[in-house]
Amino acid sequence: MATIWVIIIYLGALLAFAMGSKIFFRGTSNDYFVASRSIGPFMLLMSVFGTTMTAFALVGSTGKAFERGVGTYGLMASSSGLIHAACFFLIGIKLWSIGKRHGYVTQIQFFRGRYDSNGLGYLLFPILVLLVIPYLLIGVIGAAKTIAGVTGPKGPNPGMFPEVFESTGGAVPPWLTGLVICVVVLCYIFAGGSRAAAWANTFQTLVFMVMGILAFILISSKLGGLGAAIEQANDAHLVRTPSELEFTNKAGKTIHREVGVPPIMFLTYMFIPLSVGMFPHLFQHWLTAKSAKAFKLTVVAHPICIMIVWVPCVLIGLWATGKLPADAPPAAVLAQMVGRLVQDPVIVGLVTAGVLAAIMSSLDSQFLCLGTIFTNDVVLHNSKKDFSDKQILLMARGFVVGIVVLTYTLAMILIDQNVFDLAVWCFSGFAALTPLVLAALYWRRSTAAGAFASVIVVAVTWFVFFAMSGFGGEYTVFGGVMPVAICWAAGALAMIVVSMATKPPSAETVEKFFP
Amino acid sequence: MKKPTLLFVAVFVLLAILHQDAWNWDNASLVFGFLPIGLAYHALYSLVAAAFWAIVLKVAWPNHLEEWADGKDQ
Repeated sequence: MATIWVIIIYLGALLAFAMGSKIFFRGTSNDYFVASRSIGPFMLLMSVFGTTMTAFALVGSTGKAFERGVGTYGLMASSSGLIHAACFFLIGIKLWSIGKRHGYVTQIQFFRGRYDSNGLGYLLFPILVLLVIPYLLIGVIGAAKTIAGVTGPKGPNPGMFPEVFESTGGAVPPWLTGLVICVVVLCYIFAGGSRAAAWANTFQTLVFMVMGILAFILISSKLGGLGAAIEQANDAHLVRTPSELEFTNKAGKTIHREVGVPPIMFLTYMFIPLSVGMFPHLFQHWLTAKSAKAFKLTVVAHPICIMIVWVPCVLIGLWATGKLPADAPPAAVLAQMVGRLVQDPVIVGLVTAGVLAAIMSSLDSQFLCLGTIFTNDVVLHNSKKDFSDKQILLMARGFVVGIVVLTYTLAMILIDQNVFDLAVWCFSGFAALTPLVLAALYWRRSTAAGAFASVIVVAVTWFVFFAMSGFGGEYTVFGGVMPVAICWAAGALAMIVVSMATKPPSAETVEKFFP
Repeated sequence: MKKPTLLFVAVFVLLAILHQDAWNWDNASLVFGFLPIGLAYHALYSLVAAAFWAIVLKVAWPNHLEEWADGKDQ
């Protein structure tokens, strides 16, 4: 029960802090969508970092390290440090300046304006929305499974609430966790929009960073210190040379799992971090910045923040290879290590709160960005009527509620899906679209036809690979090449070839976007 | 392209190449007695990336963007 109380207190504190931002709410749509472009450097760092760190940050990293070994950090974290910062510097700051000059609040507004093409907006809209939705589901499903794992039966011992939740063996059922998470996020996003998201993300990011370190310190202490902890890890997990781990699961079936990382997979995984260049929810955070200078702290500190979170988590995953059975579900590794070794219900509650913080810090931005897109790029763009700020706010809030309800419903239907492999497909889709934004920002000669071609080629190649993977599994081609590398190259080639073959944009259009 | 920009692009490309640390692939040695070298190298890489971007910001900050952002189209 102490565990649940800690989680309830965390959710209450989050709600109170985020709702507190409402005292600064100016009541305008501009304030709701982009916080009147008033967010300073520290909050921008926390928002951007918190939004990019999802359930992957604590649960996924530990689980991946348990599966594949030490290569997990290089695969996903160190490359992100270099490339995310590159995206913030090369894409974020420029988009901020363009957004401010032209009053944009969504990516689609920018691409429509840059390429002087309404149609491009209609093409991008369903693609961006369809790529964000699985990302949302990852959050809700991840939270539900985490709480179910923490409160569920442990071996012969019943779960935390055996009389209340008989059907789940005493675990808090997914429908309830999903509902609570969605309602908490909905409350503060509904009330305060982008500013509430920034405040909430600041709180959540600090929570998950501190809790990750806390779990690391306590687990290593229980294992006899850092040296002793790594000594009992599986040797194959300490290198990246691919090998096969054979083990028998509880059902008596022999399982073969690949450990390590093929070099070509390690190389082409570097395309995945490019995804931040096209995340619509991150775009919206960028637009909240008070000034271009507010980006400086984010660019420099982001790689360091990633290191602070991922190094401890990857180590915990490695240590777990010597402590947990090989068939332990990767998503449950962190919870199991904390539960088995620390055995303090308050600490378990705090670490679980950290996991929820990482998940919810992405969910709030994604809910808000979809509400913003529907309001601005569908309703307002197509309406001949002039709406008041009050009407626009009502619409945006209505869309946010609708999206939360849809997400919750879909999450409950798909509750048993493997969410983490789906995440990589979402990131791949966004990453593969970055030739579009890079050309829009840096290549005056790029044309609307080139933009169309790039988006269509990326969508088609992505879908083909997604279907070949069985719609969401881990998938590589040619002995380890990530499909994102091929989709990105195809998108870039289509942009260049078709742009060069079509009429250049007007000088008037180009002058609007190039200082 | 200006010289500092060219230099930064070159360093960025070099960092991307250095990310593929083939020489550590099957190395299981521990740094400070607890950090596998494959993790220690990349943790250091993260710090180097931060330092790289700090220098880029110092030398190549786009000063003109703030003023341009405050302007409006004619």
